[in-house]
Amino acid sequence: MSEQYQLNKELAQMLKGGVIMDVTTPEQARIAQEAGACAVMALERIPADIRAAGGVSRMSDPAMIRSIQEAVSIPVMAKCRIGHFAEAQILEAIEIDYIDESEVLSPADDVYHVDKTKFRVPFVCGARDLGEALRRIAEGASMIRTKGEPGTGDIVQAVRHMRMMNSQIRHVVSLHEDELYEEAKQLLVPYELVKQVHDSGRLPVVNFAAGGVATPADAALMMQLGAEGVFVGSGIFKSGDPKKRAAAIVQAVTNYQDTKLLAELSSGLGEAMVGINEQEIALLMAERGK
Amino acid sequence: MRIGVLAVQGAFAEHIDVIKKLGEEAFEIRNTGDLDIPFDGLILPGGESTVMKKLLHDLDLFEKLKEKINSGLPVLGTCAGMILLAKNIDSGEESCFGTMDITVKRNAYGRQLGSFVCTDSFADEDITMRFIRAPYVTETGIGVEILAEHDNKIVAVRQNNQIATAFHPELTDDHTVYNLFFRMIENKAAK
Repeated sequence: MSEQYQLNKELAQMLKGGVIMDVTTPEQARIAQEAGACAVMALERIPADIRAAGGVSRMSDPAMIRSIQEAVSIPVMAKCRIGHFAEAQILEAIEIDYIDESEVLSPADDVYHVDKTKFRVPFVCGARDLGEALRRIAEGASMIRTKGEPGTGDIVQAVRHMRMMNSQIRHVVSLHEDELYEEAKQLLVPYELVKQVHDSGRLPVVNFAAGGVATPADAALMMQLGAEGVFVGSGIFKSGDPKKRAAAIVQAVTNYQDTKLLAELSSGLGEAMVGINEQEIALLMAERGK
Repeated sequence: MRIGVLAVQGAFAEHIDVIKKLGEEAFEIRNTGDLDIPFDGLILPGGESTVMKKLLHDLDLFEKLKEKINSGLPVLGTCAGMILLAKNIDSGEESCFGTMDITVKRNAYGRQLGSFVCTDSFADEDITMRFIRAPYVTETGIGVEILAEHDNKIVAVRQNNQIATAFHPELTDDHTVYNLFFRMIENKAAK
């Protein structure tokens, strides 16, 4: 394993217990940092608006990403399209702290993901289950997040993906060593990664929850299900009082088991983002990039 | 000995694992209730200092922990923890605890592509140092002892009951930094 890959996995460790917030302007980035975000995701449109606008969704303007890098001291992430290694190269050139090869944008390649081992800059990727997570790690991802269903404010898919991942990890742990080869075949992943999960009982990299987190309770739910931190996209800046909601979600992630505090944090937050149920949407972003 | 690790955000679990491996007791500090049982040492871990600073205030931990540090509780700050202890931050932003007479430069080596590993001398022993979006010390006040330098930049310091490192001892198998911290705790107990 390269030294840089190890350092990239370790940067994800530093983000643990934190909230990564989607922002579209330097002003929002500052609000996010002041509210306690451990990193920001710089993008031109938040997922809910991407969903509403339709059309092809691409990497953000590097000038806009730079303006956010200048506005905050916390790490800045940005998204490239699945398989679009040229967008990833551009993001590496502006020294982004983390690239999200993301299903939120329109996929550029319907077969291959970016070969992330070719980059020095770290990648986070979405996954719905253990197989997807380990395939992305084999390609060089140094952090994983559940896909959830971005821009919906509906937590059901994130829960589904986290539970699936956990139950598959428990299954791999329960296997006898000579059964791991077949398991690797079933999961379509390298044997070595299955062996690592078997021995450690966890993913080889940090795993956050993403896609549909809209309230402090949603964040606490995902943390109790085993997420090591959360991404909040549309949930904050599509709500009535972004500053207050952002700060409440940050505290909820830290004290996700303190029910009295969670009750306090959930009080008087104003309008949550409206949200859409999965039955009401035509486009399931989580289906992109397996 | 019983060591509290600030666990509001960041790599606190890694510190707890090392302390336990070394045979000492460790616990998480997430809210004021966690401070009820007395403890012998405090670790401020790596993570994002802006997040930890905000949560220290929001969760009413700030004054209580600052008082303990001021009254001599041994404390080890790593990376973001160093920033929390520093009296001055070179960007001019307001300090957190400000109990250590140093000035630090945040993200001093640049963004993630500037993160690196090296071997250098810490308190006269060669150890592996892992720097991740790390700070370094640009100025030290009276009574601050320099424990390590890398490329002529100060990366570890001690002042009375406080040790701060710009790198991450919790991410290596070398326990030199912890041993020094534990000795500080033992010496205080012996007094």
